[in-house]
This record gives sequence, structure tokens and C-alpha cells, in this order.
Amino acid sequence: MSTSPAEVDVPDVADDIDPDRPWIVLVWNDPINLMSYVTYVFQKLFGYSLEKATSLMLDVHEKGRAVVSNGTREKAELDVFRLHEHGLWATMQQEDA
Amino acid sequence: MAFGIGGGPIRRERDGSFKIRLSEPEQILLKSLLAQLRTLLKIEGGGQITDESGVRRLFPTAYAGRDDLEAEYQAMVHDDLLARRLAAIDQVEETIVLPSLDEEQLGTWLRTFNDLRLVLGTRLDVSEDDTDPIDPDDPEAPAQAAYEYLGWLLEATVNALTGALPPAEDD
Repeated sequence: MSTSPAEVDVPDVADDIDPDRPWIVLVWNDPINLMSYVTYVFQKLFGYSLEKATSLMLDVHEKGRAVVSNGTREKAELDVFRLHEHGLWATMQQEDA
Repeated sequence: MAFGIGGGPIRRERDGSFKIRLSEPEQILLKSLLAQLRTLLKIEGGGQITDESGVRRLFPTAYAGRDDLEAEYQAMVHDDLLARRLAAIDQVEETIVLPSLDEEQLGTWLRTFNDLRLVLGTRLDVSEDDTDPIDPDDPEAPAQAAYEYLGWLLEATVNALTGALPPAEDD
């Protein structure tokens, strides 16, 4: 396919994102955040029980990371923002197909 | 992550408020640390910050390995995150002498104490297994003592706030 010289090629940075694939939010271990604080933040932000929040916190601590939430890209970005606001090391990515 | 020490100067009352007992030296120390964090954040906002400042720790990467998406994301949220942190410092400074706080005010304390501790801990390059007692001759001893104090205060704040959580949604 040819492109006329007059057309400007605007790269779409998100052109490889499959809109149907859900996003996951990961929290990574760090040496500073207190275990009790991380557990509290999971309960506060996501409404998780103490048991579930503790289990996720221990996964982060022992395995180095845990998936703490999932959903649309917009929801994942909001969750990451709130986790960053609370000082946690959170990243997001699309779930493997 | 690190283990903290229990107990502390914050107690949840029957009416849902939180009774605070901070000594004057504690208030002075916290005000000093808050002022330093504000200065660092303002430098960060001006794009002049160095890695050694520890402040970058408060602005993590959201899209690891995706520089294009990360740039979009940071353009969207970075200034908001910075403004919220600066506003929280103002609120903690205004409430640091109060004998009683509501849950939202104490939640702002919590996030801000954690910010202080993250920046100090990053500057001190602490690891999970740091259990050595502080050497008073070490030039970093004051910062290490402040870091220890913040951990103790944060633990007390978490304990008080955990008692105020609503019933879990996944029960």
C-alpha cells in the first residue's frame, strides 16, 4: 500500500493493545513499606477482607509480586494511581492471551 | 517489606474519632521532615530532581517495559499525584498539633508519614534485613533515627485505622 507524501503518519502508540483482553495490576515487593501498611492499603482501596489482604501482602513479600486487581484499562490505571498515591510499587499490563 | 513494632500514640475512640498524643519534640521533628519533603517535591515538580534525593520513589512507573504508554500515563497523572502529595503535607502541618482527628485526617497522616519514610529509606538505602543498632558516630544516625521513629508512628497509625475499616466486600 502506498501513502501519498501529503499524508502525515501519526503513530498510534496503543495500536497493539487488544481491547478485549483484560488488564491486571501487580504490586511488587520493596524493602521499605511495612507489611501492616501494605495489608491495610489493600483492605482500604479494594475492600478486601483482612485474610485476603494478608494473603496478597505475603505473596508480594515472599514471591516478589502479586496480582491485586484486574479489569478494563481505565480501571487498572485508576487502581495503579491510587496505589502510587499510597506509595506502593504498582504496575499494570494486559493479561496473557 | 519490613516488620514494624506495635503500639503507639494513636487511639481510636468509641465515637469514631482518633485521640492523638504527640509530644512537642515529635511535632517539631515531623514539621521539619514535612518542610524538607515539600522542598524536594517542588524541585521534582520543576524537573530538577536527582535520583539521590529519594523522591522519585514516590512517582513509580505504571507501564513497565512500555515507554510509549508510560509517557502518555505520566503526562496524564504526574502533576495530579504531585499536587495531592503537596496538599497532604499542608493538611498534616495544619493538624499536627490537634489532640483529635477524624478518619480522613488520619488517613492523610498515614499516606504522608509513609511518603516521608519511603524517601528517607530510599536515601538511606535500607534493606529488609537491616537490624543493626544505630551507631551514634555515623553521620547518618539522625536520619536513621528519624526513619525508625516514622516506622513506629506509621505502625501505630495503621493499627488505629485498621480498627475503623468497614466490613470487607469479599466476605
